[in-house]
Amino acid sequence: MSSNNIDWKKYVIVLLITTGLFFTAIYLSNYFGDKKINQLKTIQDQIAIDILSSETQFSLLSELSCKNIPDSVFSSELAELGNKLEWSQENLGDTGEVSYLKKYYSLLQIKDYLLAKRISERCGIKSAFILYFYTTAENCSLCKEESIVLGTLRMKYPELRVYSFDYSTDLSAVTSMLQIYKIKDTVLPAMVIDGEVLTGFHSLESLETRIKESFKLQEIKPEAKSVE
Amino acid sequence: MASISNVIFYILTFLSVYVQVFFFVTFLENRKKIVIRNGKTKLGFYPSVTIVVPCWNEENTVAETVRSLLDLNYPKDKVNIFLINDGSTDNTKNVIDKFTEFPNIKVFHKENGGKFTALNLGLEKSETDFFGCLDADSLVDPDALVRIMGYFEKDALTMAVAPAVVVHNPGNIVQKAQQTEYNMGLFFKKMLGFLGAINVTPGPFTIFRKKVFNDLGPYKHAHSTEDMEIAYRMQKHNYKIENCNDAFIYTNTPKTVKKLYRQRLRWIYGFLNNTIDYRSVLFRKKYGNFAFFTLPMGIASIFSVSYLFGRIVYNIGHFFYFKILQFRVVGFNFEMNKFDFDPFFINTESFIFMVVFVYILVMFAILFGRKMAQERKVFSLSVLYFFPIFGIVAPVWFLKAIYNTILSRKPSWR
Repeated sequence: MSSNNIDWKKYVIVLLITTGLFFTAIYLSNYFGDKKINQLKTIQDQIAIDILSSETQFSLLSELSCKNIPDSVFSSELAELGNKLEWSQENLGDTGEVSYLKKYYSLLQIKDYLLAKRISERCGIKSAFILYFYTTAENCSLCKEESIVLGTLRMKYPELRVYSFDYSTDLSAVTSMLQIYKIKDTVLPAMVIDGEVLTGFHSLESLETRIKESFKLQEIKPEAKSVE
Repeated sequence: MASISNVIFYILTFLSVYVQVFFFVTFLENRKKIVIRNGKTKLGFYPSVTIVVPCWNEENTVAETVRSLLDLNYPKDKVNIFLINDGSTDNTKNVIDKFTEFPNIKVFHKENGGKFTALNLGLEKSETDFFGCLDADSLVDPDALVRIMGYFEKDALTMAVAPAVVVHNPGNIVQKAQQTEYNMGLFFKKMLGFLGAINVTPGPFTIFRKKVFNDLGPYKHAHSTEDMEIAYRMQKHNYKIENCNDAFIYTNTPKTVKKLYRQRLRWIYGFLNNTIDYRSVLFRKKYGNFAFFTLPMGIASIFSVSYLFGRIVYNIGHFFYFKILQFRVVGFNFEMNKFDFDPFFINTESFIFMVVFVYILVMFAILFGRKMAQERKVFSLSVLYFFPIFGIVAPVWFLKAIYNTILSRKPSWR
């Protein structure tokens, strides 16, 4: 009775508009994704410069005095970068760019670790660090738990450095680190504290006792924070 | 598995945007035709109309409903009101018997048989060319009938005209959320009207030409949604259904989430099962936009909302799993976490932007719907109640309706 003509043109136009919106969404997503990658690159470049500068300064000054030894990169900066990289890997997709940045990050950590080691050898200052090996390649629930423990420790003890390495990172320097400490993927998570290799999960309490003994660290008090 | 899930997710998101854009484009095409008539509407000829008020335990609301009918701006002798008591067990009988003194009101008492049997009794007894129903929980605006009849006068092919249903005196948050939803519904239903694709002729005050029932037969049980089935039947026979956006009906809405849940479960179950019963019309050119837009859109919406809900529940579960894990390994130490806001961690995946597009268009529908409902303020904070209440509860009745359909169980009336 009534005319039920279908306006096919409209169906097509709406399809085109929707497709347009879809591509706009993808474009916006890529745009912000790229911005994030660039932000990561900037942080990394800054850290790389800091490390290089510290190394150079150390080489210049070390023969004269241990008094003016440079502090290597702040642990918090490396930690922040680590968090952002991990988030990017989960949320931006494991793109070539993110895994490239992750390799770079591993390298920076190793450099920072070596510098800190040299300073402590030369000047007898013991720096507090933990080498931490985990994996993202397989479902390692203990690794997730250990990461939470280490994150908490790092917050409680700002002086503590945690260098974390993804076992699956395809980088010869990381492979060498694994070989030095004889770490296999069957024993992950694994940590090196004060030269000793610990494998499997270690609770917050046991690690806290260990690092307090080894490094004589000061816990930051919440009161001190609020004054800031 | 994750990639299949993502593909489904993106397809559903795409469809949701498509539906909203379709409505919006329809709006742009027809925006000048949306008028709200102020002042008195006059007709060249006032045809007689029969209005049936089916009552089942409506002692509290029916009197007001009938009074609103008596106050219609329409010649009194042209409005025949049938009050049909469908075996009420409360005081409804005594309440409606008092109205027998009015010359244009007839009262019938019958054994309980369901709403469609009361309507069919009314159909049987009516002698007018126009027929309508008014649920005993709703009130009519005095100008509603004359405005609706104007549509019939304008177009002889119009077979039914659906009114603009709004919420009567919304009191609590649940009712205010429904108010927003009904306002949004005014917009969507008007658009479906332009598309010739209306799938419900609401129980409150849709007026039909009696010819519809003479040609197509009386009301059916239709999974307790007889007002939906008759619209499907009309669409199947290409009978034109219009929407009169300025004929206001004020309906009482469920006060509690539980009652709302029951009502919506019945509606969605009715939609799914009527669509299954009329599946032969799907994607058939001769049934027009009803077959290509309304029904597929309805089905896609039910699945989208249910699927998105599943995804959100999964994400919330994941979040709590992580929090529990954190608590288990470090106890209360995680409270030391700083809550510094870093825009880096804002999710910028493409679906987020698609969801934003959908929300912008839905918000437009709500605000324009409020304008159509002549709300004093186009934007009000109560608009926001809609999102959490319907966002959380709607997926539950959608899922339950799907579940019931699969098991072919019937939800109870109330």
